[in-house]
Amino acid sequence: MALNTPLLDQLESGGWPSFVTDLKAYSNKRPQVGQLLNQLNESYENRWNYWIGTVLNVPGYGGGVIARLSQKADKYPDLAQFHTVRIIEPPGWVYNTSKLRELADASEKHGAGILQLHGMSGDVLLLGFDNDQSMSVAEELMEKGWDIGGSGGALRTLQCCVGQARCEMACYDTMKVTKHLTDTFIHYLHRPEFVYKFKFKLSGCANDCANAMMRSDMPIIGTWRGEMQVNQGKVKEYVKAKGRAYVIDNVITRCPTKCISLKDDDTLAVEHQDCVRCMHCINVMHKALKPGKDKGVTICMGGKRTLKIGDTIGIMIVPFMKLETDEDLDKLTEFVERVWEFWNDNGMDHERVGEFIARVGLSTFLAGIGIEPDARMVMRPRSSPYIKFEELAPSRFGGEQTKMPPVWNKEPETTEAAQAQR
Amino acid sequence: MTDMSETKMAPRDQGAPDYKINLHPVMLKNYGKWDYHERVRPGVLVHVAENGEKIWTIRAGSPRTLSADKVREICAVADKYCKGYLRFTTRANVEFLVDDESLIQPLIDEVEKGSLKFPVGGTGPSVSNVAHTQGWMHCNLPGSDAAGSVKALLDELIEDFKSERMPNRVHISSSCCQINCSSHADISVIVQHHHPPRINHSNMQICELPKVVAICPVAAIRPAVVNGHESVEVVKEKCMYCGACHGQCPSMEIRDAETDTLSIWVGGKTSNARTPPTLMKLAVWGLPNNPPRWPEVGQAVRTILDAYRKGGKAYERVGEWIERIGWQRFFEVTGFPFTRYHIEDSSDALLTFNRSTMVRI
Repeated sequence: MALNTPLLDQLESGGWPSFVTDLKAYSNKRPQVGQLLNQLNESYENRWNYWIGTVLNVPGYGGGVIARLSQKADKYPDLAQFHTVRIIEPPGWVYNTSKLRELADASEKHGAGILQLHGMSGDVLLLGFDNDQSMSVAEELMEKGWDIGGSGGALRTLQCCVGQARCEMACYDTMKVTKHLTDTFIHYLHRPEFVYKFKFKLSGCANDCANAMMRSDMPIIGTWRGEMQVNQGKVKEYVKAKGRAYVIDNVITRCPTKCISLKDDDTLAVEHQDCVRCMHCINVMHKALKPGKDKGVTICMGGKRTLKIGDTIGIMIVPFMKLETDEDLDKLTEFVERVWEFWNDNGMDHERVGEFIARVGLSTFLAGIGIEPDARMVMRPRSSPYIKFEELAPSRFGGEQTKMPPVWNKEPETTEAAQAQR
Repeated sequence: MTDMSETKMAPRDQGAPDYKINLHPVMLKNYGKWDYHERVRPGVLVHVAENGEKIWTIRAGSPRTLSADKVREICAVADKYCKGYLRFTTRANVEFLVDDESLIQPLIDEVEKGSLKFPVGGTGPSVSNVAHTQGWMHCNLPGSDAAGSVKALLDELIEDFKSERMPNRVHISSSCCQINCSSHADISVIVQHHHPPRINHSNMQICELPKVVAICPVAAIRPAVVNGHESVEVVKEKCMYCGACHGQCPSMEIRDAETDTLSIWVGGKTSNARTPPTLMKLAVWGLPNNPPRWPEVGQAVRTILDAYRKGGKAYERVGEWIERIGWQRFFEVTGFPFTRYHIEDSSDALLTFNRSTMVRI
């Protein structure tokens, strides 16, 4: 079939590399790609889309294939079934070329030979498979050690920054933890059984290069406790090179808690107890300043994009957790399981965990997952005085005043202990 | 299906690939032992390990959607200069990794002028590659295209990708429908619909009715019997055209080729540096959905970037710059009109009003 893409052709000019030029050349090898471009050109002409979504699973898996049927299959028969297969990417999107070629070869052998590196959830996306080929490409790649990514109401493919592989700022091993969580919870990734999707994204520091805060249900962000490392000799070198005014304007005054000041001898004074580990001063003076030595993670919860209640940002849930030993990883695993149990038992259909927290309230959510309230979880305490103080309210049963009435979700022994106190 | 019995296809649950076999030997050897990094020039970073070993990163913009042949061309460059190791970034840049300084310029020349023709840049205070969604190439819900509109936009912004002349890094994202699968960003392009969904009553049984009722954020969808068949009705006054139902049920069509428009949102950031992460706010609405090059979008983004470059102080992200100068001045310096639609009406609206006497007069 001849290419007929007058509108797409206009995307071949300009300095940025054009996927149109690439795919047009590739359509010589794969006529199916030419049909894709022709259909895309019709979309440009009519400002309309011709894909229908449907469901297809690799046997034994409940997700990972994004099935698409073309409405113009009579005209473009090779697009009748044109599915995407999601493949779990290596943590940090690192590749050796022999592995990357495996993806290119399998994609070309079984499908349209179009790859997207990478999707917004981190997956490798391989485009253009029919029902049978979706199975065969999965089969071939699994034989080479790859695995299928997540979709639907499931744990989604994890995404992390490059971390300690090539960054001095990373406060924990993002790649190792990503692999640990993926492998530990792979059942939940392959077989959707949640009320809705759940995403982890892992960043080594507060700069959040993995886009975790707003794009994941559980952002895991590297941090440290105690003092950051200050090399005063290198501070002096930096001040000498850049000048005092530059340092004051771009480091001192940009500190969110004003915990840093420049002394007369061109060294820094840091009130470490006020540091909120935002990373700005370290970003600017990264030879002189480094994260502290006692490293770990902060865990937030509930970041997501627009649907249904509008955009949400991760909420501080665990200010600091060590994440180095196997025991630390077990603690994280156990914490995740508690969150999933409470959310899935009580969440509504299509309710992300951030929306669930918004609906039931943060204090109810904390009680549900067994975490004590902490002042670091809020920007400020409440300003509305309408409160049901359960400790001070009349008992619901006997009408007696109690100091510590049962809270709805407490364990029986806790309730007995409370009654014994009365 | 041939040769694909369920027995053979039993799930293997292999998990994430082994990252260690994918790491450049210098990165593997110095894993967790990096001392500092420097930006050598736009698009080139050097990371120095505690033992003094160095790895150079050459970052190039990729179109994200690649043919298998193009992926092999990328591999060939990595084989020639990088011992066969490379990585990709969150924003679909490709990073070539070299451990020999003398290879930097030949690698850049090959990436920029060889078969790839990828621009080198995207580091530091530049405009990085634009994160985007599937669009008309493969999504079932899009009101606009992603890869093509982003290609056209990046043609406009390529000098800002190749240079580090912005006050701070600029992340841009583009979403092809109102569900906004693309990421938060300093500047974001989003489709807006302007009608309630059109219901194909004859086809309603293809979706599960309670689900499409439950998904509606404003409870505008009610079960109804239409022409003797189970279907739904939409309360037009409640519907705010978000398209959540369309994602759930193809029989409820939210898109309209004639009336869908594009809007631009500014001031989002996911980083915690200096200021907490922020949500994006509306800057411009009603831009035409104008393939193949969406010139109005490119022009509006150019306007914002020019004003930011002129007025932003070092290290200020777009949102931090606007918060410092005030939104009134943002609309003055960009020339965009401030309208009734810029005033928040969601549940946190009260918190977005100016509850002080502080204004610039």
